[in-house]
Amino acid sequence: MTDVTASGVPGEITTTDGVPLKTSLARATRRQRLQALVLVLPLLLFLLVAFVLPIGEMLFRSVYSPVGSNVLPNFSKVIQEWDGEDLPPESTFEVFVKDMRAARENNEIGKTVGNLATRINYEIPGSRGLFTRSARKLKNITEGPYKEALIGLDKRWENQHIWRTLQRVSHDYTISFYLAALDLKYDANNDIVRADPLYRIYVPIMFKTLWLSALITAICLVIAYPVSYLLATLPLRTSNLLMIMVLLPFWTSLLVRTTAWIAMLQTEGIVNDILVFTQIIPEGSRIQMVYNMTGTIVAMVHILLPFMILPLYSVMKTIPPYYMRAARSLGATGTYSFIKVYFPQTIPGIAAGTLLVFILAIGYYITPALVGGNDGLLISNLIADHIKKTLNWSLGAALGAILLAIVLVFYWLYNKLVGVDNLKFG
Amino acid sequence: MVRFQNVQKSYDGETLVVKDLNIDIATGEFVTMLGPSGSGKTTTLMMLAGFEPATHGEIYLNGNPINNVPPHKRGIGMVFQNYALFPHMSVAENLAFPLAVRGMSKSEQEDRVKKVLEMVELPEFGGRRPAQLSGGQQQRVAVARALVFEPDLVLMDEPLGALDKQLREQMQYEIKHIHESLGVTVVYVTHDQSEALTMSDRVAVFEDGVIQQLSSPEELYERPENSFVAQFIGENNKLRGTVQGVGQDKLATVKLDSGDVVKALAVGIGSKGERTLLSVRPERVSIEPKKSRNTVTLTGRVEELIYLGDHIRTRMSVAGHTDFIVKVPNNAHHHELSEGQTTTVGWEAEDCRALDDMAA
Repeated sequence: MTDVTASGVPGEITTTDGVPLKTSLARATRRQRLQALVLVLPLLLFLLVAFVLPIGEMLFRSVYSPVGSNVLPNFSKVIQEWDGEDLPPESTFEVFVKDMRAARENNEIGKTVGNLATRINYEIPGSRGLFTRSARKLKNITEGPYKEALIGLDKRWENQHIWRTLQRVSHDYTISFYLAALDLKYDANNDIVRADPLYRIYVPIMFKTLWLSALITAICLVIAYPVSYLLATLPLRTSNLLMIMVLLPFWTSLLVRTTAWIAMLQTEGIVNDILVFTQIIPEGSRIQMVYNMTGTIVAMVHILLPFMILPLYSVMKTIPPYYMRAARSLGATGTYSFIKVYFPQTIPGIAAGTLLVFILAIGYYITPALVGGNDGLLISNLIADHIKKTLNWSLGAALGAILLAIVLVFYWLYNKLVGVDNLKFG
Repeated sequence: MVRFQNVQKSYDGETLVVKDLNIDIATGEFVTMLGPSGSGKTTTLMMLAGFEPATHGEIYLNGNPINNVPPHKRGIGMVFQNYALFPHMSVAENLAFPLAVRGMSKSEQEDRVKKVLEMVELPEFGGRRPAQLSGGQQQRVAVARALVFEPDLVLMDEPLGALDKQLREQMQYEIKHIHESLGVTVVYVTHDQSEALTMSDRVAVFEDGVIQQLSSPEELYERPENSFVAQFIGENNKLRGTVQGVGQDKLATVKLDSGDVVKALAVGIGSKGERTLLSVRPERVSIEPKKSRNTVTLTGRVEELIYLGDHIRTRMSVAGHTDFIVKVPNNAHHHELSEGQTTTVGWEAEDCRALDDMAA
């Protein structure tokens, strides 16, 4: 005993030549670990470049907006000394006018007066004209007092709200995009208040996205459960055919499937034609089933169904039929056996399927964009709008970050309730 | 207690898996259905349990026809091959399941579960999940679950198949003891003949959907009625020949294919000139036997000697068959044989059974 532990810490096991066992083991497996690292390296690099970095950049953009200091480099420093009472001092006005004049000459993207005007316009809707118009006239102001001159150009320069907003925008880091994403804003006194009712759009859509996703998940579960059960219990030949029918739409282009639903559901579409033909509904009252929420739900359920069926199937496949037989032999009716014996064993599959479908649905974009019309739009469509159309990337990023946070919260909840280790995707 | 009357079963409408099955099982009896896979024994059990409908015929339980009684109303306990313990329930919940189904009060459920756990010697294991138990413990819980609601009849479908040899033997005795102490009727299915012989009051040997022989283990071993049973149960030496005639003493004269003429007990043979298979147990054959009136002797050549401790397994060529096995006991006076040696082998004519020749 003594010579084994002599060289190391007492109680530590060493190899015969006195090297601690752990060190020896680490040395022996180093090659294997290196090999494993080399194998995953391409994926790791790809994920880093194509996933982690862009997402990180987007998240960063949601709080970082250097327009103020880019357009008005000197003013953005001086304005910080203002205490927020009355109006900024004359010296500050002077710096502002000079910075604005300099900015007029600048055509570099991100540093123009227009960029600043857009940024301020996010905070005070309708203020864009004030900046662009004043900037044009600023060349006439060559000497002080700048304050009076500026107010002479436009009465609105007298408004504290403008200057407080300018002071805020001069900070490079801001939470105002998150406020906007949550339908909040700064009022004239720099307090955070709810946005005007007309501008409260994101939170309602966020909630709509959540409950629509929940509804789609629930419908998927109800439809997928019996199908998966059949798949798992039918003889191999029949179940293979059924499996192909489940997977066939899976292999078809998403766009094709979505547009096919348009052809099916539109007022002059196949479903309505059949309903009219069979005289279930009269010609005049064809049902609007697409370009609204119904269209979104139908198409998304169809597209997401395989994501529910496959995990359910893979779990059900592992439940041998003898459990049900055992329950029956012990005196339980078929229904009772199903509820008490079969169903509980499928919970890992239900958990995996609902989590998968819900998370996919919450961020779904193409289908609602094509068949959603106006009331079938989801939060992802708004994000896309901000990225592609209004070019308010920071707001898009903030909305995206909130969506990500919601998904993570759901994942965490799920882990608490079901346990992620219990998930079975196949 | 259980009666199968002219029961037939077909899955595809073309072949019969069970052909005209008739069997009566008495209350308290331990009956084993033994046979190779595909012989119809499990199908028979499933029909009794109610999981497979009989295609034809009637099954009676306590005198009542049960063909149209669903499995959960038959009140038959069943132990499955893979135990079928519900993985999402604890052992106690598994055991309480049949009791809860029967609307028993919580306190009574607990009492019964406690009692049955003591019976299978797992009193501390109620809170565990089946996955936390060893194979043998799971097996005991499965047996306990099939017994906890006190059924009159318990079916066991190869319950020891998944256990290792030592545990299997131990469990055989335990099941046997439980059967004896509770007096419950057991129908047991296995393909393991030693299991069947150890545990059963009677064994039904299945082959090709037909019961080949239904008798006590001793009968089955000592007096097989046909060549399938003789070959399936234990080890038997085969000698093929043609019937020459049957004497008054039930001894038939058979001319072996090698030309030797021997006597053997007539069991399942036809008339003169028909083919027969003589069957004699290796332990009934002796080397250089002392002659008596009905002793059959033949010359044999030692082909192979396998030392097995208590006996020496000797493979010989006798009457043209090269796989003639003789178990030479390893006692003080045993004959020292060497490979290639020629000697005589012999046995009593009554120990050699002349049976039908299936291959013919």
